[in-house]
Amino acid sequence: MSSAVVSTSAALGRPFVFDADADAEVRSLPVANRRDQAEAQESPIARILQSTIKNQQSKIPPARVTPASQLEIRPAPEMVSSGVPAIDALTGGLPRGCLTELCGPASSGRTTLLLAALAAATRRGEFCAVVDASDALDPQSAAAAGVDLERLLWVRCGEDLSRKKNSPRRPPSTPLRAGSGTEENGNQKEGGPISRSSLAREACPELVEWVGIFAQATFDDRTNSRQSEHRLEQVLRATDLLLESGGFGLIALDLGDLQPQAARHIPLTTWFRFRRAVEYTPTILLTVEQRPIAGSCSSLLLQLGPADRSAADPENTTPAHARLLTGLNINADLIRSRLDRKPARSVVFATKTAWAG
Amino acid sequence: MPFACIYVPNFPLAAALRAEPELQPRALAILEGKPPLETIIAVNEKAAGMGITSGMTKAQAELCAELALRPRSALQESAAHAALLDCAQSFSPCVEDAACDTALLDLAGMESLLGSLPEISRAIYSRAAALGLEANVAVASNPDAAVLAARGFAGVTVIPAGKEAEQLGPLPTEVLFVNHLQEDRREGDEKKAAARLLETLDRWGIRNLRGLAALPEVSLSERLGQEGLRLQQLARGAASRTLVPVEAPPVFEESVELEHSIVLLEPLAFLLNRLLEQICARLGSRALATQELRLTLELENFSALNRQSVINNQQFVRTLRLPLPMLDAKVFLKLLQLDLNAHPPGAPIVKIHLAAEPARPRSAQAGLFLPPSPEPEKLELTLARIAGLVGENKVGALELLDTHRPEGFRMRRFVAEVPRKSSKTPDVPEEPSIVTALRRFRPPLRAHVTLENGQPTHLVCQKKDVQGEVLWRAGPWRFSGDWWEREAWSRDEWDIALQNNALQNDALSNGDAISFCRLVHDLLGGGWFVEGTYD
Repeated sequence: MSSAVVSTSAALGRPFVFDADADAEVRSLPVANRRDQAEAQESPIARILQSTIKNQQSKIPPARVTPASQLEIRPAPEMVSSGVPAIDALTGGLPRGCLTELCGPASSGRTTLLLAALAAATRRGEFCAVVDASDALDPQSAAAAGVDLERLLWVRCGEDLSRKKNSPRRPPSTPLRAGSGTEENGNQKEGGPISRSSLAREACPELVEWVGIFAQATFDDRTNSRQSEHRLEQVLRATDLLLESGGFGLIALDLGDLQPQAARHIPLTTWFRFRRAVEYTPTILLTVEQRPIAGSCSSLLLQLGPADRSAADPENTTPAHARLLTGLNINADLIRSRLDRKPARSVVFATKTAWAG
Repeated sequence: MPFACIYVPNFPLAAALRAEPELQPRALAILEGKPPLETIIAVNEKAAGMGITSGMTKAQAELCAELALRPRSALQESAAHAALLDCAQSFSPCVEDAACDTALLDLAGMESLLGSLPEISRAIYSRAAALGLEANVAVASNPDAAVLAARGFAGVTVIPAGKEAEQLGPLPTEVLFVNHLQEDRREGDEKKAAARLLETLDRWGIRNLRGLAALPEVSLSERLGQEGLRLQQLARGAASRTLVPVEAPPVFEESVELEHSIVLLEPLAFLLNRLLEQICARLGSRALATQELRLTLELENFSALNRQSVINNQQFVRTLRLPLPMLDAKVFLKLLQLDLNAHPPGAPIVKIHLAAEPARPRSAQAGLFLPPSPEPEKLELTLARIAGLVGENKVGALELLDTHRPEGFRMRRFVAEVPRKSSKTPDVPEEPSIVTALRRFRPPLRAHVTLENGQPTHLVCQKKDVQGEVLWRAGPWRFSGDWWEREAWSRDEWDIALQNNALQNDALSNGDAISFCRLVHDLLGGGWFVEGTYD
């Protein structure tokens, strides 16, 4: 059997270098077969064949097998500042050509860190893009964080039309005055029949408002999943286009307000595609979300959360008008980093509001 | 002083072929006149080989099934003429518009710039071909000799100085009267006089220019007068005159009239591609680019009104404004396709008119050590695609407005070229502190707030994440503005910490689901709103 294997490989022009597999194969053969082989090896034809093969092998140089120790090592990605010195000390910065995830619940400092990273990137003269799934970016906060707004591309995802159609809500301080524009107020016309809702409003205005809010919440629950899907589709397609376009120093996907259940609908293949798209490019791909969703595709995973709630101490007896929200203390846990093998550790940093001075 | 002449033979046919290059291998005839009295005025070689001649009626020509018939188009001819002038002006600033099919160039001093005269001639020929015109190019020491050579010899001809008579000699005498014999350019009397002169020369046995040049001047003057002497000077290549230069207006327009209306975007894109390539070739020949493309579609039955486009007399106009001057037909085509996808004309199209506003091409060189930036062409396509996805006003750069009004910003076009700021007065500090960011809800969430001593203590909102007991509050901070306008606003802002009961048991919150929000009380409209969370 061994000779047969050797002859086949020789006929194909690939001389064997390692015979370990062949030996193992021979060892596993039944005893009868081995006896046959021994007889075959002793036959003159087999000997002639073997000598011919050896001659041929000596003429052909053996194929070079690169040992694992000499395999080309993928160079470590360039690390750039995240804009927060504490995070830089923790992670070494944000890796270029990699996917970085920032996770955390509301008020955990995700957006602050995102804006700091954007500010640092624009200070370096890079162009950045934010694909905003919930249209949540606050321009004033971005400007206060030091983001060069001329270098920031903002893609605002979400359905505008459906909101206008379905929602009776009205943003504060619009030209509409009470009794002139809302649907509820429009129902009762002068001289017309008095509706049940208007009677209820007169009897208990607070109850009507409560009912309205809960009815809207129920409606929102129903339409939420559809809107989330639509937004996700927009986010993923816009990100694909931006990655394809190239030239951006940082592309951020803001999925912070998206429910984790909805965010999990993103197939893992999409994250693999994104990771491949940014690989070997100077682009930093950053996602902001409530829970990790990219799995092993992310090179850096930071879990953010509140370090303490001293800012919101309920025991504080100072009058409300004498208090000031001066900032938040953020705790950042390094959950995963492909770039070093240090154990998970955390760091605390403080943010301060724009008016805190 | 050398002069070059670019002559496009069979101009109506050349204009039609320029508009429809796929007709090149086919037999083609151009029709003119009002139906049903249309007659053929120009045919190509293949059509001539099939027995089609000028003067045949349309009914006669239609007997030949393989023949392609096209009506004479003034639009196509004017575009071809503009392209001819563009070609000429790309080689010399001194250009004479001798006829619609002829352009004369003064090549004095151009040899040191563009090479020898044969090289320049070949370059002119190639440039004309690139612009869709199959032209004859001739170079001679005087303009008229160049014109005669271009009209008489196909391809590229270079006549050395002093050898004009020898080179022009074999040409037939008809080349002297090409302009006069063309019916549409001259009055009837001039045409008759030219025909009479040609007949006289023919009667004398003078069939070519060599014969005319050899005639004794005095005798010729006695018989034909000053016109005879002028013709002899032309035949000898000795006529001398100065050019009358024209400044071709920087108008880059191409049009196509359709026999059958178009209802689908795909065939329209095919035609747009052709027009864009022609316009880009013309712009390129003048070392220009464009920053604005104007597409005018004439519609068959204009009924559906599209408010976003400018409508004037059954026309559908779309204007494509670019942030930077560009010259890439493929990019333009894709942008127009995306634009038409978003704003369809709404009726069959019978005529397409495309105009480009010329602009100087951008001259920017990226530094070796500068960070990379998106390529403008790619970026423009990407932005157009994203705009198609999320909406036109939903993608771009931010611009803060000089107001304290909430949401005081506007979206503007994102351009990947930022003007350099002076290093002395930087707008952004080098290392700003970490500023707490606000995540906005758009639109703000309407909330029901329970008040205690005028302070919020409990909040109910349609969003489950943002409701619960108010643990901590700071405020109110009163803001108001624009009270002198209809859009006046006045509000009280609270910064609150919410104990969120809905998330209390969530593993993520670790039993400590506190979020900081901005609560707004609208003093004019009434009602409470959660404007965003500090994050």
